[in-house]
Amino acid sequence: MSWVAQTLNSTLGRKLVVALTGLFLCTFLIVHASGNTLLFRGDGGQAFNEYTKFMTHNPFIKTVSYLLYTSILVHVVYTAILTFYNQKARPVEYAYSKPSANSTWASRNMGFLGTILLIFIVIHMKTFWYEMHFGNVPIVSYEGQEYKDLYAVVKWAFSQWWYAVFYVISMVALSFHLVHGFRSGFQTLGANHPKYNPLLSKLSWAFGIIIPAVFASMPVVVFLQSL
Amino acid sequence: MKLDSKIPEGPLAEKWNKHKFSVKLVNPANKRKYDIIVVGTGLAGASAAASLAELGYNVEAFTYHDSPRRAHSIAAQGGINAAKNYQNDGDSIYRLFYDTIKGGDYRAREGNVFRLAEVSVNIIDQCVAQGVPFAREYGGLLSNRSFGGAQVSRTFYARGQTGQQLLLGAYSSLSRQVATGKVKMYTRTEVMDIVLVDGQARGVVTRNLITGKIESHAAHAVLLCTGGYGNVFYLSTNALNCNASATWRAHKKGALFANPCFTQIHPTCIPVSGEYQSKLTLMSESLRNDGRVWVPKKGGDTRRAEDIPEAERDYFLERRYPAFGNLVPRDVASRNAKYVCDEGRGVGDTKLAVYLDFADAIRRDGLNVISAKYGNLFEMYEKITGEDPYKTAMRIYPAVHYTMGGLWVDYNLMTTIPGLYALGEANFSDHGANRLGASALMQGLADGYFVIPYTIGDYLAVMPWDKVSTDRPEFREAEASVHGMVNRLLTIKGEKSPNQIHKELGKIIWDYCGMSRNAEGLKDARQRVRSLQDEFWNNLKMVGTGDELNHTLEKASRVADYLELGELMIVDALNRDESCGGHFREEFQTEDGEALRDDANYAYVAAWAYKGAGKDSELHKEDLVFENVKLTQRSYK
Amino acid sequence: MKLKLRIWRQKDANSKGKLVDYDVDVNSHMSFLEMLDELNEQLVEKGEEPVAFDHDCREGICGTCNLYINGRPHGPVRTTTCQLHMRHFNEGETIVIEPFRAKSFPIVKDLIIDRSSFDRIVQAGGYISVNTGSARDANETLIPKPIADEAFNSAACIACGACVAACKNASAMLFVGAQISKFALLPQGKAERKTRAEKMVAQMDAEGFGACSNIGACSAECPKEISMANIARMNREYFGAKLTSTNL
Ligand SMILES: Cc1cc2nc3c(=O)[nH]c(=O)nc-3n(C[C@H](O)[C@H](O)[C@H](O)COP(=O)(O)OP(=O)(O)OC[C@H]3O[C@@H](n4cnc5c(N)ncnc54)[C@H](O)[C@@H]3O)c2cc1C
Ligand code: HEM
Ligand code: SF4
Ligand code: FES
Repeated sequence: MSWVAQTLNSTLGRKLVVALTGLFLCTFLIVHASGNTLLFRGDGGQAFNEYTKFMTHNPFIKTVSYLLYTSILVHVVYTAILTFYNQKARPVEYAYSKPSANSTWASRNMGFLGTILLIFIVIHMKTFWYEMHFGNVPIVSYEGQEYKDLYAVVKWAFSQWWYAVFYVISMVALSFHLVHGFRSGFQTLGANHPKYNPLLSKLSWAFGIIIPAVFASMPVVVFLQSL
Repeated sequence: MKLDSKIPEGPLAEKWNKHKFSVKLVNPANKRKYDIIVVGTGLAGASAAASLAELGYNVEAFTYHDSPRRAHSIAAQGGINAAKNYQNDGDSIYRLFYDTIKGGDYRAREGNVFRLAEVSVNIIDQCVAQGVPFAREYGGLLSNRSFGGAQVSRTFYARGQTGQQLLLGAYSSLSRQVATGKVKMYTRTEVMDIVLVDGQARGVVTRNLITGKIESHAAHAVLLCTGGYGNVFYLSTNALNCNASATWRAHKKGALFANPCFTQIHPTCIPVSGEYQSKLTLMSESLRNDGRVWVPKKGGDTRRAEDIPEAERDYFLERRYPAFGNLVPRDVASRNAKYVCDEGRGVGDTKLAVYLDFADAIRRDGLNVISAKYGNLFEMYEKITGEDPYKTAMRIYPAVHYTMGGLWVDYNLMTTIPGLYALGEANFSDHGANRLGASALMQGLADGYFVIPYTIGDYLAVMPWDKVSTDRPEFREAEASVHGMVNRLLTIKGEKSPNQIHKELGKIIWDYCGMSRNAEGLKDARQRVRSLQDEFWNNLKMVGTGDELNHTLEKASRVADYLELGELMIVDALNRDESCGGHFREEFQTEDGEALRDDANYAYVAAWAYKGAGKDSELHKEDLVFENVKLTQRSYK
Repeated sequence: MKLKLRIWRQKDANSKGKLVDYDVDVNSHMSFLEMLDELNEQLVEKGEEPVAFDHDCREGICGTCNLYINGRPHGPVRTTTCQLHMRHFNEGETIVIEPFRAKSFPIVKDLIIDRSSFDRIVQAGGYISVNTGSARDANETLIPKPIADEAFNSAACIACGACVAACKNASAMLFVGAQISKFALLPQGKAERKTRAEKMVAQMDAEGFGACSNIGACSAECPKEISMANIARMNREYFGAKLTSTNL
């Protein structure tokens, strides 16, 4: 095995891949969340639609988006591999165990939380990404330019109560995933220093709460508006 | 038998160098033709196994632990002495030598002790190179503390876990040799017997503690690094599995056992709290710097310590030894605690404890100062007893801690069986009748790193390379005898567990051959031990079989040896009509109750030969010659 | 105090084990292991096989004792099993006692496990290559006190395996991190640091321990309070080594 393959197949290397992809996804979440706040502009969706067009046509953004899809895929595949081997490391479970005494729920359930996120991502992509690219999205025009009216799709989707609820639940899962994952990713990269640990922990909490909250606010507001 | 200690001639300071030059060498290419068995992986064993393998010998190492790193050396707290004189306080090799000889109450060999002091400096260098994290000053230099029996700061330490860090250093060197294949490591394997071929030690018989399989291993020489025998007393500060079987069985094969009655009782241990007690925990000697030792003036006082007024307390050490007060040496402090308890003035539920009180120190220095000095010890005390020493006086009592006696060895560390060596606490060599604090670690590592690698060559150089086969009748017989012993134990259908008999033995030895002894008590004790031996072989309750993991069997096999060794300790104590160091015979004391040595008649090593079951052991004397130090009476008044 | 014990009994490595119930009446001053001693004396008296468990120093330093008590390694207090006392339990309580469980810690008998995987990890590189006698004067190597203290903190590990037992992935990262750290921090250990990190991690993986999810259960249960910083340091050492060492 080459040294690269060797590294990537070690427990540490696998975890490195998960951390790098995970933290990359975190940066994407920031962009995605801030872009989506354009929904709240109150301009009938113009800014939002212009933004989506930019995001789907700019060559640089397009490249980055492929990196993003790969990241999700690699993150999922590597976490699946890790989980598989981690379970093999303890073939016989304890008859009685009390893990709550020594660790947080989120940290022990990243796989479960991640699975919710995966389901969410699939449905989310189907509703918006797939529709945007291949579906029949109505066309609007601003100042003579034609735009796909993704804003309308969003409004329609979020006005269904079950869709909004699913969205909010997923964001709760994201929150738990991030509160542990953000800090954990840095630890995996080797960042652990008495001076900066308190800052990292606070950042992790802030990130894990603010980003999902922004995302969750969209279905909630849109649903309420639709009533 | 004439005991030849093989101490080289010449001035003290040149003996070791001269000897190193005069011993025969094994050429580097030939070293790989020799196999050496090392029994035990404590400081002595691990350092020896690693060093010999580095030289090129093939080593097979054995331990009954699941890992070499768990040997009892790991528990040593205080530190390790070395004559580095880093503190510029007047230390020197000669001073360390002198302190150790005097501390041992002039019952050790000058030559050995001087060599120990000499190599002590190399030990620290070696350990630092291995990465042992000794305590440091802010500038990055090594830090020292002082210990009992010395007026200089020469003790190197790693917090309260010096033994652990030193053992991990030796263990890492050993692990490196295991990885190279030069050491073959057998864990959870107990050595049951030593095998002699043509009078030379050529192998061992082992029992695999998991499968019960009994096997032979052959070699050109055998090193016993199996630790001390403090567990004869049942309760001691030793780990529970420490035992005397390897040395005792070597003794029965012909190795003389020296000074078995020299045992060290440490004054500050957490007292026994009930019949169920399995082990005693040491509290560092350093506590006596600030703690005051006292008992109530009247016996039967059941008030809490803090409710007893000053006028009704007896600070007995300060009263009897105004000059040294609470800081008298270990043996003196221990004995006095026993006296006041014998008078019925002991404290606590069992009445076998005295107070070690920090109330005055806390009042004087403040809580913070005391907690900075002793915080971790106070915590440990609280964990075990559930009492808070900041609020109420600690209760302490002496406990068995170390055994100075052991297999007799010459200057080369060879026992009276050619090719059988004893290192570390397993031998008797360097501490005389009393060991100073922080010098057992020093001795174990000196033996393993810096003595045996030289001296073993002298023996091997004239040995033929031929290996002996374990199919030889000597091995077959030894295996058969081990099988026989295991079967014999397992077929006794009595009532008492090995643990119970061990407890009874411990009580006899503690009461009659412990802190103070007298001829009458010893004679009585010998009878009792004999009848306990009978009871053991007739009334033992055993469970399980021989071919599985069976702790009861392991214990029984060890207790069988304790019973015989215990008797020899009594015999030795009875023979030595003097008091010295840890051996206090009530008949031999000064007017004010201090130990009274008899240098004219007892300045010798008592080395005992085994003469067969039920027969009296035979005494051989090695006279101790003092050419450099003047023998004086110790006084701490 | 009267207690109900539910103890894992397993004849040997290949047998199936099960929890067996015992009633005991013990003194609350006893240590946990003395409580088991007492049970064993009773069992021997009845001619039954005593419960096999590992122990030695009973001072919390040798690392031999290792029981999973009421769902936690070493029980409800952050200490070693041998330093746990019965006063931390309540009258009438049921106590479940199991061995530490991990693929790399196979059960030997009852509550005894085989932790030789730890030794093999150390053999892979947990040392400084220095032959006896070749050392220079100890004070020629200056080590600032904070560094020496930090190295000591890592070196304080007693190889009990509680970290593995507590971890949901049965990961040995805390142990291995501590072993790598104690040398990586010291000037003496720098020469071999890259190879050491690579080899020890490779051995850890070969033994079948799980990966780290940074859950922190290991450190929370570690009787010697080994910190997660050791794992982060191991990661740095390992990735740094992989990127820059000449080992192909
Ligand atoms: C609580 C305590 C604190 C101490 N503190 C200090 C201190 O601060 N400073 C100091 O200098 N000294 C101290 N000592 C003394 C010192 O620790 C010991 O004397 C020393 O460590 C003994 O080392 P050793 O290598 O001879 O034996 P041990 O470390 O006891 O090793 C014995 C080895 O032999 C093996 N073994 C024994 N029998 C067999 C057999 N039949 N088959 C296979 N293997 C066998 C064991 O498995 C073990 O590996 C202390 C002792 C105690 C009890
Ligand atoms: C937006 C989406 C996601 C983000 C931002 C994200 C982020 C992260 C981060 C930062 C980590 C920590 C890495 C580390 O500990 O080193 C992590 C861990 C993890 N992620 Fe994700 N993740 C996302 C989606 C997913 C998905 C879809 C899954 C799975 C199906 C998943 C499964 C996991 C698992 C199981 C872990 C823990 C791995 C371990 O430590 O053993 N994640 N994630
Ligand atoms: S890191 Fe802690 S829990 Fe793990 S083996 Fe070392 S001492 Fe035990
Ligand atoms: S028995 Fe040694 S640590 Fe518990």
